[in-house]
Amino acid sequence: MQRIGVFVCHCGSNIAATVDVSKVAEMALMEPGVVHAEDYQYMCSEAGQAKIAAAIQEKGLTGIVVCSCSPRMHETTFRKAAERAGLNPYMVEIANIREHCSWIHKDMEEATKKAVILMRAAVAKVNLNTPLQAGESRVTKRALVIGGGIAGIQTALDIADAGYEVDIVEKTPSIGGRMSQLDKTFPTLDCSACILTPKMVEASAHEKITIYTYSEVEKVSGFVGDFTVDIRKKARSVDMNKCTGCGVCQEKCPSKKAPSEFNRGLNTRSAIYTPFAQAIPNVPVIDREACIKFKTGKCGICSKVCQAGAIDYEQKDEIITEKYGAIVVATGFDTINLEKYDEYAYSQSKDVITSLELERVMNAAGPTHGHLERLSDGKAPKEIVFIQCVGSRCADDRGKPYCSKICCMYTAKHAMLIRDKYPDVNVTVFYIDVRTPGKNFDEFYRRAVEQYGVNYIKGQVGKVIPQPDGKLLVQGSDLLDNRQILKEADMVVLATAIEPNPDVRKIATMLTASIDTNNFLTEAHAKLRPVESPTAGIFLSGVCQGPKDIPETVAQAGAAAVKAIGLLAKDKLMTNPCTAQADILLCNGCSTCENVCPYGAITYEDKEVNDHGIRETRRVAVVNNALCQGCGACTVACPSGAMDLQGFSNRQILAEVDAICR
Amino acid sequence: MQELINRAKELLADGTVARVLGWKAGDLPYNPEPAYFESAEELKDFVYNGFCGANLSKYMIEASKLEGKTMVCLKPCDTYSFNQLIKEHRVDREKAYIVGVGCKGKLDIEKIKKQGIKGIESIQGAEITDDAETLTIQTLYGEKTCAYADAMLERCHVCKGKEHMIFDEQIGESKETKDAERFAEVERIEAMSPEEKFAYFQSELSKCIRCNACRNACPACSCRKCVFDSNKFDSSQKANVDSFEEKMFHIIRAFHVAGRCTDCGECSRVCPQGIPLHLFNRKFIKDIDALYGEYQAGADTDSKAPLTNYTFEDAEPSIVGKRG
Repeated sequence: MQRIGVFVCHCGSNIAATVDVSKVAEMALMEPGVVHAEDYQYMCSEAGQAKIAAAIQEKGLTGIVVCSCSPRMHETTFRKAAERAGLNPYMVEIANIREHCSWIHKDMEEATKKAVILMRAAVAKVNLNTPLQAGESRVTKRALVIGGGIAGIQTALDIADAGYEVDIVEKTPSIGGRMSQLDKTFPTLDCSACILTPKMVEASAHEKITIYTYSEVEKVSGFVGDFTVDIRKKARSVDMNKCTGCGVCQEKCPSKKAPSEFNRGLNTRSAIYTPFAQAIPNVPVIDREACIKFKTGKCGICSKVCQAGAIDYEQKDEIITEKYGAIVVATGFDTINLEKYDEYAYSQSKDVITSLELERVMNAAGPTHGHLERLSDGKAPKEIVFIQCVGSRCADDRGKPYCSKICCMYTAKHAMLIRDKYPDVNVTVFYIDVRTPGKNFDEFYRRAVEQYGVNYIKGQVGKVIPQPDGKLLVQGSDLLDNRQILKEADMVVLATAIEPNPDVRKIATMLTASIDTNNFLTEAHAKLRPVESPTAGIFLSGVCQGPKDIPETVAQAGAAAVKAIGLLAKDKLMTNPCTAQADILLCNGCSTCENVCPYGAITYEDKEVNDHGIRETRRVAVVNNALCQGCGACTVACPSGAMDLQGFSNRQILAEVDAICR
Repeated sequence: MQELINRAKELLADGTVARVLGWKAGDLPYNPEPAYFESAEELKDFVYNGFCGANLSKYMIEASKLEGKTMVCLKPCDTYSFNQLIKEHRVDREKAYIVGVGCKGKLDIEKIKKQGIKGIESIQGAEITDDAETLTIQTLYGEKTCAYADAMLERCHVCKGKEHMIFDEQIGESKETKDAERFAEVERIEAMSPEEKFAYFQSELSKCIRCNACRNACPACSCRKCVFDSNKFDSSQKANVDSFEEKMFHIIRAFHVAGRCTDCGECSRVCPQGIPLHLFNRKFIKDIDALYGEYQAGADTDSKAPLTNYTFEDAEPSIVGKRG
């Protein structure tokens, strides 16, 4: 029989205002095995911990239950306190009577009843707890960064500068990401490429950084400190070692009809291409779907003109397997599909464009060489209407419920730049709210209004109607003047909501990192651990975690790097002793657990067993405790109940359920 | 049947197999039972007819541990179970000499009795070689007849096909007897309101006497030690003291075989209380088909089962949840 102590925390008034804590302590004494119970204002304080230690020693406790906040907050605190007092840390259970009880209930009587039940469940579990010993695992001193945009580049640079090897895996043929597509950046209006390309060059020249472009993460196994990753290096059809980047192949390529991804499909590119002039690496790829040679077998012009003999039509995808201690996700974003927003006539008129497309239009390397012109007829626009929150802050399921955060600022930027360069162009912005928190942000927006005369109208646009003469009739409302507005425009620019790169779902699944309903990766704690995934060893950088602008992205990238460095700096990690174990007498040898194990921790061996006198060789499951992460998938998949999780055994869980239902 | 016996004798005589796993006549004309035959002499009791519904795959778990090979007679639908057992490493393929036996649908004595035919003394037309469409039944009350199709087991009306999925040789012709929709009954129950469903399952499962016949016959229920027999779990040997417990047994069993059940129908065939237990499993099969794409457990030995495999195309848990 265990000797259990129950410690009920008031958490100031956080718990005590809603739960009768002394009643919980009093009720605890009636539970089987409980020999000590007390309540205290702050159990996590030094004094509170001392009370726990004293009770362990004086009453000879063999297990304790702390009724307090979420185990995610103070489980470690209490385990350490118990360990210092001579108790195995895994003999500590937390009953979460704050997040699961006091914070979500109002009625004291009901909340107290529930707190008692949660306490009972924890006591029932501790009664079945056994001391567990943590093991050790090694740390591979190399980091993987998934995504080569500004977030990934910055994270990689920071980790590499700390002296650790970093690999960047980028899906497209060049690093640079979305930032490389931008023309100018707010609030300083400096050229995006001018500030980004030095970082790209630095990353590519860094001796600790290896860049895999045109590559994707294919498979991830292992766990914190010891991940094994397969990277698919897609066939570039160009030998990276031989290519000099002269560009002749691109000039001579007869297939020039593929839409340019870099210019958002506003113009075309050759089948063999580098996405943009400053691409890193400056080695083209052959788009095999557009290439005449690959489609018909005839052509081969690029190979003929290449002086370096770098064209290799036979090149195949290559799988690179590498070990990493930490993985940083920096997969970035894309703009949402506007299919469901047909009222803005995006699919009907070439002169209705997204803001990201406008970036390309305004850029010297863009489809119009930087001239502001209508994409339908090349004429200079005189009236431009910007529509804010297209798909952002959307109440229905057409768009996204969140604020995309960057649109107010880039629209002010666009409006200002247009008014500066083309003072005869009228610019109108329809907005719901203008949100400009951030250093020098509101000043920036006010300049657009006050100095540049941008016409801001509070209200939404109901419809954009393309006219027979090529103009766009914008139908909106002015909420401040309470009137309907009908405005003829030459161009309409949609501040299209951003969403996480769709690939993130696949990557999150491979990493067993959680994502929210909007496909943003979830942080371990929204406030206190914003750059870590709840999955150990996985860190988050940039927009994959939530909408943010460049300065925030760079700051978060650095933060993610620090967390990764903190991990890589360790030689060994304590492993979680809550791992699975197979009862070989119950094991059928059916391989179900092996099939569901996401960590490859289960293998099968022929073992000699003595089943109540019957000696035979049986095929049974064996768990590698170093690989097992204690997820418990095997325990629920095992039909015979042979698999059990130490610290969370089926018996313990059922004892908790029974205690709750009692 | 004679061809089967002759072949069995040959295989025993030339040492290919050490024993034959088939059926022998029972004490009534309609209850042959699974049996081992180790000599030509013993084979005189061998029978194979329309009442040989028993799926012999599961017997191969124990037979795999014996010295020498076992000739096992498997009907087309039984071979799915055998494949599934190979997949789960429960039987040894090398220890089995599989004779795929012909099948033209198996009979359900209860269906015959339901037609008011009682006092049965003998039945003609159930022989596998017969092409008779009619059963002629001698009873204490005179000769009665019954259409073969009207006496078939439910599972044969939704026959998976006449092909053997695995075999060493085939003896006898098979006939596909499918004449009903496999999921029609599941759909009927799905359309019920929650209250109606509860009442339906309550009325069906309250008949259960916890004889464990369904579990013992089920080829997917092949655990060395069932959780209901193991003192490691609080669920062991729960008697049906209340309606919750009788439901618990069947629901847990359905979950344990989900994704592994080949829909062989043995559970319902052996139930002495006539509970349509296969409907639980079939509901899971229907859901698996809808959520993860068509999947037939036991159709092969190496595909990945949807419930123990992950693909990027898998249905999202929220979608699974919404279906209820």
